[in-house]
Amino acid sequence: MIAHLRALFPPFDWHRVIVEPWSADPAISLWIVLMGFFVAAACGLVGNYLLLRRMALVGDAISHSILPGLVLAFLIFRHTNIWTAFAGALGAGFATVLLIEFIHKQSRVKADAAICIAFTVLFAAGVVLMSLLETKGSFHIDAECVLYGEIAFVPLEPPVVWGGIGLGPPSVLRMGGMLVLVLVLITAFYKELLVTSFDPGLSRSLGMNTGLWHYGLMGVLALVVVSAFEAVGAILAVAMLIVPAMFAAQLSNRLPVRLGLTIIHAAVSSLLGYHLSVWLQCSTAGAMVVAGAGLFTAAWVAGLWHTAALRLRSRNS
Amino acid sequence: MSASGTDPALPLEIHDLTVAYHKKPVLYGIDLEIPAGKLVGVVGPNGAGKSTLIKAIMGLLPASSGWVKVFGKPYRESCHRVGYVPQRESVDWDFPVSVMDVVLMGRYGRLRLAQRPTRHDREIARECLEKVRMLPFANRQIGNLSGGQQQRVFLARALAQESDLYLMDEPFVGVDAATETAIITLLRELQSRGKTLIVVHHDLSSVREYFDMLVLLNMRLVAAGPTREIFTQEILQATYGGRLTILSDVAQAIGEGG
Repeated sequence: MIAHLRALFPPFDWHRVIVEPWSADPAISLWIVLMGFFVAAACGLVGNYLLLRRMALVGDAISHSILPGLVLAFLIFRHTNIWTAFAGALGAGFATVLLIEFIHKQSRVKADAAICIAFTVLFAAGVVLMSLLETKGSFHIDAECVLYGEIAFVPLEPPVVWGGIGLGPPSVLRMGGMLVLVLVLITAFYKELLVTSFDPGLSRSLGMNTGLWHYGLMGVLALVVVSAFEAVGAILAVAMLIVPAMFAAQLSNRLPVRLGLTIIHAAVSSLLGYHLSVWLQCSTAGAMVVAGAGLFTAAWVAGLWHTAALRLRSRNS
Repeated sequence: MSASGTDPALPLEIHDLTVAYHKKPVLYGIDLEIPAGKLVGVVGPNGAGKSTLIKAIMGLLPASSGWVKVFGKPYRESCHRVGYVPQRESVDWDFPVSVMDVVLMGRYGRLRLAQRPTRHDREIARECLEKVRMLPFANRQIGNLSGGQQQRVFLARALAQESDLYLMDEPFVGVDAATETAIITLLRELQSRGKTLIVVHHDLSSVREYFDMLVLLNMRLVAAGPTREIFTQEILQATYGGRLTILSDVAQAIGEGG
């Protein structure tokens, strides 16, 4: 039994795990770590607002509804590229949010159950459509890629060349652009997102359209998740939405600080996760989430310890 | 009643307002005019639609019929002249913001899209915190405050709105005696500066002392007018129905005031 387990974990060889990835072919390591960072940071920043609005499950729902979105986009446009994928995912994202609200309002189903019904049904519809198209031989999506992503293949993409200079793999550049977009939107509309998340009643009394901000956030969520999709898949994208934000929530009760911590968490978990995957020779995206969860656990324990220490000090004084 | 229905001096005018929750009406045919400079208590039993009335005035709940005019215009056109204090439990106090952040939200209605609060806004927010004696707490996380302190923060936020009409939903619930005194003092000061205040209130024993005008509500408008005229056993009985425990409170309240 123990021998079996030991066989799963190769010995930790400093040179093989830490030095070699950055000396043998640093570009491969760089693009993978950068992609992991972009995905976790963009998802995590949006995830902070999902947590504040108690909408963590909606992130789950949207990431699953992307599958039927991609298939439907193919049916409508008759081919697949990144733009049809964006259109399909965006449509699917809004359809999911609307379906959840419809089920919740028109029946006595509670919100959490409505979310579960909506996204499992949409995901199932996607599976049915996909297998229908596959038997006709006209369409193929790698199911493994949908579920787990293929971040390790990112460096193999033909690089984007601009003015004779290779800039990098297109999916990494796209994800980087998405992170910049999220950062710009959060910075520009910080006060609008803050007040509509904290006090929707006040926001509407001030004449703000809270529905518009809600759907705007959902739109950005759908865009970010579809960009992250090919790297980390539908399931791990949910972790990327929630884990960095939860980590930040353990350490700070100021939103700007939390957003900064989310970015730090994204960078560290991507780097740690990459080396973990080199060490264990396992799925890179999975290892990044495991590393992120490890950081969250450490922050949580540190938070508990800190509270206990404060309590002890106040009791002694 | 003004015939035109668009008297710009009138802070609030409601005509035949009916509001329904899930197709079940909770407010029927409310007709109401609130003159400027009044401190108005909205009083009625649980489920009478007091909060619903406040929310419907601001369009937070859709009206099934009727209309609301604020300073002679539809609410949306006058929203910058209205300050709102929601019920304290309506927000998550674990939210990662400081006291200062919350008070600054009162200034958001005056800022353009994507515009940050200016130094002037911060100055006003600080003054408003000073008025409710919460300035020393400006950098605290809001979850670390007592109920009374949280209510003062909400009040400071409404002050920062620098409005002419204030709508307050149960500002006296769950606060300590010191805060209650501080709040009523502040409301009177606002009134003395010509502001109009509409306050949902549930404690009948303090109604006579606090408000110079009352709106008695029980799904329908039972009565509206000067407190000394309509705060009577007869009208309260009509408002509260045959609820004995409340009626004994009423008797006591009237006895004290009498």
